[in-house]
Amino acid sequence: MKADPRGVLTGVHFLDGDHACCEGALAAGARFSAGYPITPSTEVVERFASRVPTVGGTFIQMEDELAASIAIQGAVWGGVKAFTVTSGPGFSLMMEHIGYAVMTETPCVFVDVQRGGPSTGLPTLPAQSDMMQCRWGSHGDYEIIALCPNSPQECFDLTIRAFNLAEEYRVPVFVMMDEVVGHMTEKVVIPSADQIEITPRRHTSQPLDRNRLYEACEDLVPEMAHAGEGYNFHVTGMTHDERGYPAPTTAVQEQLVTRLRDKIRNAAGRIAMYEADAIDGADVVVVSYGITSRVARRAIEMAQQNGLKVGMFRLITAWPFPEKEISEIAGKAKAMVVPELNLGQMVREVERVAAGRCRVVPVTHAGGSVHRPEEILEKILEAAR
Amino acid sequence: MAKGTVVIQAERCKACGFCVEFCPTKVLALASSFNAKGYHPPQMVAPEKCSGCDLCGMYCPDFAIFGYRLDAPPAEAVHEG
Amino acid sequence: MSAAPINPIEPFLRMDRMPTIWCPGCGIGTSMNCFARAIVESNVDTKDLAIVSGIGCSGRVAGYTKLDSFHTTHGRAIPFATGLKLANPKLTVVVYSGDGDLFAIGGNHLIHAARRNMDLKIVCVNNMVYAMTGGQTAPTTPPKSVTATSPYGTWDPAFNLPALVEAAGAVYVARWTTFHVRQLAKTMREMFSKKGFCFVEILSPCPTLYQRRNRLGDGLDTMKMYKTRSKVRNGASTSEVALTPTGEIAVGKFVDRERADYIELMNSQLRDQLGERYVEAEVQR
Repeated sequence: MKADPRGVLTGVHFLDGDHACCEGALAAGARFSAGYPITPSTEVVERFASRVPTVGGTFIQMEDELAASIAIQGAVWGGVKAFTVTSGPGFSLMMEHIGYAVMTETPCVFVDVQRGGPSTGLPTLPAQSDMMQCRWGSHGDYEIIALCPNSPQECFDLTIRAFNLAEEYRVPVFVMMDEVVGHMTEKVVIPSADQIEITPRRHTSQPLDRNRLYEACEDLVPEMAHAGEGYNFHVTGMTHDERGYPAPTTAVQEQLVTRLRDKIRNAAGRIAMYEADAIDGADVVVVSYGITSRVARRAIEMAQQNGLKVGMFRLITAWPFPEKEISEIAGKAKAMVVPELNLGQMVREVERVAAGRCRVVPVTHAGGSVHRPEEILEKILEAAR
Repeated sequence: MAKGTVVIQAERCKACGFCVEFCPTKVLALASSFNAKGYHPPQMVAPEKCSGCDLCGMYCPDFAIFGYRLDAPPAEAVHEG
Repeated sequence: MSAAPINPIEPFLRMDRMPTIWCPGCGIGTSMNCFARAIVESNVDTKDLAIVSGIGCSGRVAGYTKLDSFHTTHGRAIPFATGLKLANPKLTVVVYSGDGDLFAIGGNHLIHAARRNMDLKIVCVNNMVYAMTGGQTAPTTPPKSVTATSPYGTWDPAFNLPALVEAAGAVYVARWTTFHVRQLAKTMREMFSKKGFCFVEILSPCPTLYQRRNRLGDGLDTMKMYKTRSKVRNGASTSEVALTPTGEIAVGKFVDRERADYIELMNSQLRDQLGERYVEAEVQR
């Protein structure tokens, strides 16, 4: 279906990533946000607090991130699309409720505008060191989806995509921004509402008394109901059966947890988004994401000007990790260079999938600023030798 | 002539004793028989004294007993045993 | 199988999940019984009644009531309920949980929801321990009690729940025990129709853990004790209703006052500031 025009700020704007992300949420139909202030993410919800009362929705600043991360889920079950926004320390506080969203299959969006860590770290400076945390931060086995914008325009576009994926797969989806993307101001084009495709809530058409609201469809995703419709359904974070009732047995655990995994894994091909450039015949492929990809582009240009055959593979979805595409590259290229604003996180996935078939060269950075193109170029040259 | 009576679903009872203790007219006592879980459910030992006040029904943590006035019985339905 | 009158509260319970997990003599089932009666007697439309609980023995109530029910995370039923209520203000949202869930891990959320006067109905079963996990010390455990984590007896002072909740901003504060079945059902009915942050503390036995470890008899002994030691003190000052090991158990309705609730405050402020530009959130069906 098309976006609700009331939430779409059609036009050509000059916005930073945080502001663009907020507009993306509104365009996607988000009508509830609960948040807690944390640099460098707060502007997203500050703008939402300002915009949503004239669109038709609610913002509430909660007492902490523990509250924010579950208030949004209450709102989802109350019938709306909802999201929250945070950075490292707040993200850590949200981990339990990320697991709750996975287990109860509550569609919602978590935006992490990454900053230097660990702990209080560098509140006002960039990093990309929460990438593994967004995948593995909560306890138990589970799969999630994570998107990495590299511009304010992408902050708008990918936030919409995040909401759509959340609704389609009934899973929490992460928009992994960073302080630079969040605070850089660029042109953002917001089209008219009828040009924006929105995935609606997958609402059940079961009869009211059937009581099987966790029975999956063919794509392994069940349809849901909202409170106030007469279904009298039960939602629990405990291992549960198709009625949603707690069912703490090995058999149900196996069935449930593998379905939650497979509903994402089986669809990985459809979910994956990436940008591939000059991969064919490349000796070295630079694998990057987020703000680092923009520096990487410059480094690649410089290498190409030196006559090297260097390709670019940009992760737009970081999770599920694009195993198929990376595996193909590993089979053909001499080396993959992986610059990240961390001490090596997504590079581990690259190494895992490459399985020794090509060299994998990390370009680490403890965070606080972006790489200089020369730092990445140096590793490209090294890898090409 | 009793003004009320109770319906006891013995299999649900956990023999907490609340209904026996708090019946205002001491209609109930725990039976010597027991249910599948080994609990002694209540039984009416003085049915003629039952007023149908349903205090037993209000106390029961397991919905194993409830009372009603004979001149105002609640709706019927098929019970599981 | 035979046709017989059915208990009028059964339609509001998930009878397909009986028997409950609660021990013989536990008062949680009795409190839930009162809750179901309150639903019957108040004629509230259960379509618009939602129940949210946390983790613990009392938190299991959500699973046994035939309503839109949410068994959430430990301590966080209230913020979940906040989101639920704000997304669909037509709902009457009950939070049904235990003393540890609401006042230890959940304490911060409780005081903020009370401060905001969020329109939520909080039913707190206080059995003075963390029962589900084996009877550990709770912020309501009386001093010198033996618990699983205080083998030599507690020395922590205990909260006075009604005083805390009143100070935080609640508009309705009551306390009963599981002995007071009629009064409890009446209080719950009153809470359903009162706007704002409403709270009832329900003292309940935990015969298997608290009572047993402290040689206080079984559930029935405790119910008889409630009968003997309780005194109805409607309108009492909450600072004077703290529980003591052998003293009077003050029960009754302590606070019933009027304050604009959160949604009222939000709507009036935004309407004031934005005039016609304010678009009140609509419930998306």
